[in-house]
Amino acid sequence: MTTATRDSVGTAHTRVEGRDKVTGAARYAAEVPFAELAHGWLVLSTVARGRVRSVETEAVLAMPGVLAVLHHHNAPRVDTDYVGLLGVPPDLTVALFQHDRVAHRGWPVALVVAETSEQAREAAESLVVHYEEEPHDVAFCAERQTEAYTRDSHAPAVVRKGDLEAQLAASAVVVDAEYTTPEEHHNPMEPHAATARWEGGRLEVVDSNQGTTWVAGELASLFSLDPASVRVRSEHVGGGFGSKGVRAHQVAAVMAATVLQRPVRVVMTRRQMFSLAGYRSPTAQRVRLGADADGRLRALEHQSLNQTSTVYEFVEPGAAASRAMYAADAHHTVNRLVRLDVPSPTWMRAPGEAPGSFALESALDELAERCGIDPIELRVRNEPAAGPVSGLPFSSRNLVACFEEGARRFGWSGRDPRPGARREGRWLIGTGTAAASFPAGVMPSTAAVTAEADGTFTVRINAADIGTGARTALTLVAADALGVPTDRVRVRIGDSDFGPAMIAGGSMGTRSWAWAVTAAAGELRQSLAPGAEIPPEGITVRSDTAEAVGALAQKERHSFGAQFAEVAVDPATGEVRVRRMLGIFAAGRIVNPLTARNQLVGGMIWGISMALHEEAVRDRASGGLYGADLAGYHVAAHADIPHIEADWVDDPDPDDPVGIKGIGEVGMVGAAAAVANAVWHATGVRHRNLPIRPDRVLMAGGDA
Amino acid sequence: MREFGYQRALDVSGALALLDADPEARFLGGGTNLVDLMKTGVERPARLVDIRELPLNRIEPAEDGGLRIGATVTNSDLAAHPEVRRRYPALAQAVLAGASGQLRNMATVGGNLLQRTRCGYFADVTSPCNKRTPGSGCPAVEGEHHNHAILGASGHCVATHPSDMGVALTAFDARVSYETADGPGEVPLADFYLPVGETPHLETALPPGALITGVTLPPVPAAAGSRYRKVRERASYAFAIGSVAAALDVQDGVVRDVRLAFGAVASRPWRARTAEDVLTGAPADAGTFAAAADAELAGARPLPHNGYKVTLMRNLAVAVLSELAEEAAR
Repeated sequence: MTTATRDSVGTAHTRVEGRDKVTGAARYAAEVPFAELAHGWLVLSTVARGRVRSVETEAVLAMPGVLAVLHHHNAPRVDTDYVGLLGVPPDLTVALFQHDRVAHRGWPVALVVAETSEQAREAAESLVVHYEEEPHDVAFCAERQTEAYTRDSHAPAVVRKGDLEAQLAASAVVVDAEYTTPEEHHNPMEPHAATARWEGGRLEVVDSNQGTTWVAGELASLFSLDPASVRVRSEHVGGGFGSKGVRAHQVAAVMAATVLQRPVRVVMTRRQMFSLAGYRSPTAQRVRLGADADGRLRALEHQSLNQTSTVYEFVEPGAAASRAMYAADAHHTVNRLVRLDVPSPTWMRAPGEAPGSFALESALDELAERCGIDPIELRVRNEPAAGPVSGLPFSSRNLVACFEEGARRFGWSGRDPRPGARREGRWLIGTGTAAASFPAGVMPSTAAVTAEADGTFTVRINAADIGTGARTALTLVAADALGVPTDRVRVRIGDSDFGPAMIAGGSMGTRSWAWAVTAAAGELRQSLAPGAEIPPEGITVRSDTAEAVGALAQKERHSFGAQFAEVAVDPATGEVRVRRMLGIFAAGRIVNPLTARNQLVGGMIWGISMALHEEAVRDRASGGLYGADLAGYHVAAHADIPHIEADWVDDPDPDDPVGIKGIGEVGMVGAAAAVANAVWHATGVRHRNLPIRPDRVLMAGGDA
Repeated sequence: MREFGYQRALDVSGALALLDADPEARFLGGGTNLVDLMKTGVERPARLVDIRELPLNRIEPAEDGGLRIGATVTNSDLAAHPEVRRRYPALAQAVLAGASGQLRNMATVGGNLLQRTRCGYFADVTSPCNKRTPGSGCPAVEGEHHNHAILGASGHCVATHPSDMGVALTAFDARVSYETADGPGEVPLADFYLPVGETPHLETALPPGALITGVTLPPVPAAAGSRYRKVRERASYAFAIGSVAAALDVQDGVVRDVRLAFGAVASRPWRARTAEDVLTGAPADAGTFAAAADAELAGARPLPHNGYKVTLMRNLAVAVLSELAEEAAR
């Protein structure tokens, strides 16, 4: 065996499963065939609050092919008194059919199971459910602040340093502005789908999720099963973005498979996903910045309010985004929430940072304008030497390098700072910039690497490739750790039987898995004597990174980036079009430039979409969403996406065996602010409410 | 989704007979709207009569020198036709501004005229809607109506007609021809869509069981320089929040002939005749264009959240007419 060091990491590699995906050979959750498969269809409430009085099952049970109707009188019981892999109790939305309460419009009230999907759907849509309706409240707005409360989540709700009011009073310039972001939905291309069956005393679930360790653990807890008797697989996933954890479809499928003792598949429709797949809460934010005349911050205050449901407390930590960005004598950040009769929100790509950076980075741009300082120079002047609140050292912080490289490539230096000064035909032209950051974390994982008798290597790790290219990245990482070319490495993922591993989430997946793979592969390489015979069953080495990860020193660990956008605005029609965009990132060592660029550009497109298009409109009268499909909920179309470039500066993480930080989310952060700042530069009007719709641009005499 | 039967009609009389035989049957053109509505339960036909094989897929010169467009001509073929592009460019532009290439390859001219509103309350069967369920109410009036009608609506319905194609056809005085068991008929597109009033569920003047066989465009010399502009929040694949089809004939600085129609403002493509009256014989300048748009929009009755459309349509009409006047002056 060769011991030469290879360098697959850092070179572009097409997806190892790409051919299977484009030829259709790769099977997604709803496509995997099962004998004797039955199909379940969820029935959702048509009232926003109240009780289910009765479910008229008789007529539906007489319909062709119908096998069962599960509802709160006959469904198996579940246990919700547990804390899952991610350290939080379950969202009680997944405790299906346990009582007659309806917590929001679109609440699951029944599951109809039939021989075919079409029969189940027609029966489900025919099922008559009677409700005792109660008045509901879904009206989210900044004024709800007075009823809001704080709750610590993964980040503390409140962080204070210094005397905020004194520093504001001593400031030569104060920016005090309110910002809002709307309810936004993940809408992965592949809808949520799961098939459950009992096989030899084990519960087997084929699913589309972001972590089978996670989902298997939740299902074992909910159904009071021995964790070893639950197996969840999820090999190919058509996008997740935070929405694919344990959800109603898996629970419903397990219930029906248990009752009927045959495989049952439950697939959500796009419309159902708008009620059951989670979403990003709307936010109402207030930022106060106090600075000396030269732009140096004395005070930074960021408050963020989000909504949650009556059955789950989810904090969208918009203000947390401000805790590691800029030096200031006084820092005050607080996240609050208010409970409404709405579905439970959840993590959605760059939770906290996406809406939070829109407010903070817009406010920085307003401060630059007020101080008469270039927006990049303002950020450089407020660059902290250590964590602005924590005082901890940064593992690495290359934000300024991102701005310098970005400014050079974008052509920022010749920029005329005056707003509303450039016109091309009917279009006003403007440019804007914003900073990006996202926490760089890692979580314990296990992996197994086997040296096969034929000279190849098999990696087994319970990773989830939700379209990120993680499986390909792990192939490159394993190849380097083993010192072999990538074509001798086979990576198997998405199977809870492979042992516990981190989910694809928090931009931590690839880093966490790569660490475990590197550890196992490194040890295997050491243990293989040159020329030694490999037995038929191979030689396997397992790793568990819990100890190594736990030993990491406390530091401020983040990815950073600088976003640049050029927009055109037609003031006569309110149309806003992005003309070009550039993002330069400092996000650790880049494992696969091809898929990394994909991730970063994808995040930037999400940012454009957030800035200009995405908005779920909640109808106050019904409590439900207006236009809950992809015709009503717009994301950027191809024609909205101009020339976008994403690139990076050298920024390996010194404490990570591979040097990885994580790139899944930072590409989105700051992107909406860069677009909004460019709209200001084009028109002279600040847009503090997203999305920047034509009607808002058109009717904005002054600030909008 | 209800189970349904499917039959393919090979000639017009056969299609009419198949529809007549089943009161719950519907004609299927490209299916780009009907099939979506079947999936959501808004439409629940027992039988589909596929008319795509009917011999109505030609674009031919009409006797009066205009153009006759068969009902099953696809949107793609309509937009690509040399005579359409040369003589009625706004029509080609309007069609290309809608949907996607794949949808335009399927969608038909007849189906486009009969497509239903994209009001989100109409599309959601769990929501009240006077158009879908007469008498159930209109939540849009008090609820979400950013993209609802400002002209010609009523308290019973404020939905808009979503067609781009129909706006250009309306500007050029198109006529819709149809066939029934009792023989053929024709109705000007201007009279094709019924006023909303108290009966928003009654949408067109087509007799029951009728099949649209084609659309005839009269000769409109001014249309050769016509234009369609569509405004929407994203650059593609979205319905208009406002659109304008316009043709302008200017001689010696004076408007000799003008055609102007608005989209996304009413339950039908809106012919701006009041504006046309102001413009005809008046100087072709920005002041006249603004006065004409204002005169047309004086009848607007915006709701709390769609008042921007009045400003939008005024600006859009002035912008498009000004462009056409500038080009005429060159």
